[in-house]
Amino acid sequence: MSKIHVSTTVNGEAAEFLAEPQESLLDALRNTLNLTGSKEGCGSGDCGACSVIIDGRLVCSCLVLAVEAGGMAITTIEGIAEGEKLHPIQQKFLENAALQCGFCTPGFIVATKALLDVNPDPTETEIRYWLAGNLCRCTGYDKIVRAVQDAAAEMRGS
Amino acid sequence: MTFIGNKSDLRVVGTRPVRPDGVDKVTGRAVYGADAVLAGQIVGKVLRSPHAHARIVSIDTSKAMAIKGVRAVITAADLPNIPSEEAFVGEGPMNFRDLSLNCMARTKVLYEGHAVAAVAAMTDALADQALAAIDVKYEVLPHVIDVEEAMAPGAPILHDDLFTAGITPKPTTASNVAKKVRFTIGDVEAGFKAADVIIEQRYTTAPVHQAYIEPHACVAAWSADGQCTVIASSQGHFMIRSYCAKLLGIDVAAIRVVNAEIGGGFGGKTLVYLEPLALALSKKSGRPVKMVMTREEVFRATGPTSGAVVEVKIGATKDGKITAAQAVMKYQAGAFPGSPINPGLMCAFAMYDLANVDVLGYDVVSNRPKVAAYRAPGAPISSWAAECAIDDLALKLGMDPIDLRMKNAAKQGSKTVYGVTHGVIGYEEVLQAAKAHPHWSAPLGKNQGRGFATGFWFNIGGESTGAVFVNEDGTVNVVSGSPDIGGSRASMVMMAAEVLGISYNKCQAVIPDTSSVGFTHVTGGSRVTYATGMAVTQAAQAVVEDLKKRAAMIWDISPEAVEWKDGQAVPAGANAGGFDPLPLAAIALKAAKTGGPIGSEISVNAQGAGPGFGAHICDIEIDPETGHATIVRYTAVQDVGRAIHPSYVEGQIQGGAVQGIGWALNEEYVYNKKGLMDNAGFLDYRIPVASDLPMIEAVLVEVPNTRHPFGVRGVGEVPIVPPMAAVGNAIRGALDLRMFHLPMSPPRLRAAVDAAKMPKAAE
Repeated sequence: MSKIHVSTTVNGEAAEFLAEPQESLLDALRNTLNLTGSKEGCGSGDCGACSVIIDGRLVCSCLVLAVEAGGMAITTIEGIAEGEKLHPIQQKFLENAALQCGFCTPGFIVATKALLDVNPDPTETEIRYWLAGNLCRCTGYDKIVRAVQDAAAEMRGS
Repeated sequence: MTFIGNKSDLRVVGTRPVRPDGVDKVTGRAVYGADAVLAGQIVGKVLRSPHAHARIVSIDTSKAMAIKGVRAVITAADLPNIPSEEAFVGEGPMNFRDLSLNCMARTKVLYEGHAVAAVAAMTDALADQALAAIDVKYEVLPHVIDVEEAMAPGAPILHDDLFTAGITPKPTTASNVAKKVRFTIGDVEAGFKAADVIIEQRYTTAPVHQAYIEPHACVAAWSADGQCTVIASSQGHFMIRSYCAKLLGIDVAAIRVVNAEIGGGFGGKTLVYLEPLALALSKKSGRPVKMVMTREEVFRATGPTSGAVVEVKIGATKDGKITAAQAVMKYQAGAFPGSPINPGLMCAFAMYDLANVDVLGYDVVSNRPKVAAYRAPGAPISSWAAECAIDDLALKLGMDPIDLRMKNAAKQGSKTVYGVTHGVIGYEEVLQAAKAHPHWSAPLGKNQGRGFATGFWFNIGGESTGAVFVNEDGTVNVVSGSPDIGGSRASMVMMAAEVLGISYNKCQAVIPDTSSVGFTHVTGGSRVTYATGMAVTQAAQAVVEDLKKRAAMIWDISPEAVEWKDGQAVPAGANAGGFDPLPLAAIALKAAKTGGPIGSEISVNAQGAGPGFGAHICDIEIDPETGHATIVRYTAVQDVGRAIHPSYVEGQIQGGAVQGIGWALNEEYVYNKKGLMDNAGFLDYRIPVASDLPMIEAVLVEVPNTRHPFGVRGVGEVPIVPPMAAVGNAIRGALDLRMFHLPMSPPRLRAAVDAAKMPKAAE
């Protein structure tokens, strides 16, 4: 089967790649574009470790075909920081020790970005339900929720 | 051992700096197993058994090998046939023959998902084609899943050479019962005679998976000269080296294992599944081979921990003195012997100072994946039963459950059923802190109940290597052999910085490959901050001694006349001379002129890991219509010895508690009649998500461990021990009924509520 040419935008930069028709966006990001920050924890959309933002929508990149990404704007974990300056969400995850193994962390940070883009002042319940699609087995979510609250407060203040 | 400073003197230990590997992990740069690349790598995949139990009649790989782009196909015939040999390298005893047969079945498949062949191909799609082209002929055999059915006469036998150990005379017929084991102190019969009240109950648990979010992954290369490189995510790169060397019959020194970042393990990554296969495929194909499990493979072929039956009997006098405790425990081992039955037996009553205890256990094989260590292996299962029974005892006696436990609390000098006498422990302090916590006396709402339970874990020490190297600019590399699974780099650096008297930010943490640092046992048993921390601390202390000698040389005075204070050498007194202090950086700059590079590598076999105790308070609300249970408040109190980085200590406690909540309310392996797992995915095997939970309050009690320079006790495992009973006791409080089976899922709770409402006459 021949590969399909895909033109897209990844983290603000034009990106072109060839993808198999059945290839997931996650595989294209990881294996073709070498953006391995997005993780595969399940491949079935249940863990959120592969979360990316496509045209403003939070999605599991394992459930999107690479060829569907043509013409769209994709934000991955690699595009959250501005150069060497961490995004406040990243900074607050560090300060709150909101990660242990760190494997789910990229997905949580991308999902948090998507949340705060639409809801800059979420309640604890709103945070918990928004992040219910992201599994973390290490932290019990306590410090993650606090990091999100802290990041939201800082971003509102700035 | 003398402690390094009073708590008030510590500058670094007890603070909460950002972890050294933090930025890489929040930006997506950290390299985990599946992210690692070796030049020229191809794709490896495993063919797995579709049957729970079957004899392998034949395997024809010719069609797979004929596919263009398929570079290697292996079966057990390509691997050495390993004789039975017990070893201890991972987190528990391991028989190398069983480990080999678990990596690749030889004559029989023993569970659905058991590996039968593996392929290496140029692409993912070609590897899939190759798997489909392998023709395995099976003779399907009767299977057995349930632990008591596996013990029953006439059960399908998994291993015809397995005879129950621990029975005299030695049995002559094969059995699924691998081992019978018993620990006893005192006389339980006499103890029960002296009791006014006796509780006798039977509890069961379902197997649960560690459910780390990162599937197992590695890339391996076997060079033509026999040198091997493995990059893998695991809880011990030295473990991978040892096991691969043994299973493949090669020299330990010929294998170099690089530890990739590890995406969670909880005990489940203390053994090998893929690595020996990847190396064998690499040898045969001449190419590095990358292997990554799917989530479904993780569920079907790795982990989990045992499901079990635990029968418990506890007697006490009217005033609450426990006179006897007895239990019979049957633990599933999965397809090969090795359930955590021993720690299960040892831990059930270790919180109590008891004269009469008798615990009897069985290690039982059945057609399930071989169990792997899971956070305090064995203890949560037996404690679930024991701590529910203790709660019912308190109810029957009309006593406060904390008071009952306090009355029987283990303390320094208490003798355990397994023969060890407790040293300085903090169980009473933990109980006091729980009772004083506002949570314990807060009012409850409608349909709510409050549960209390406690737990114990030994914690271990063992072999570790740590090193401290001073660089020419006064910065320091802190090296250790322990994979960092949840912030240990930060703890290592903090201990070194504390001893050296320098800033945390002047130190970098390094975890090199197996050829570049001394042997270090797995990251497990809550041992890293204790044992590896001890090695790092001693290395830093040796560096301080060296720095003092260098200063003495520069000043031309005796080394005894030099003191190390706040990161600099100072004259010990007026008599030593009037020299200006020499900071570490100034000494480092002159290292070449004072004897060469400054550094120390220390290997230890740490003994005296202080045991840990925890007490959890759980408030639950039950929806009587649906049986849905919501945790509304949760407090976990634990003796942590001394918290090096309190945030990561709290994180261990919060994470462990939530894993226990999942075990209590949702998680279980569900099998169909064919012995196949029905819920091998995160949709149907439901671990707790953020919206299931409240904040988890972690309360740190610090009763320093006298055997560690900073007073450290392991903290990672204790917190998974109390939650199931805490939740069960909360449900009993809310519904006034006792649940005996895990998980206490909505259908089970709803059925129990309905049954309780049913008039007796209708039965």
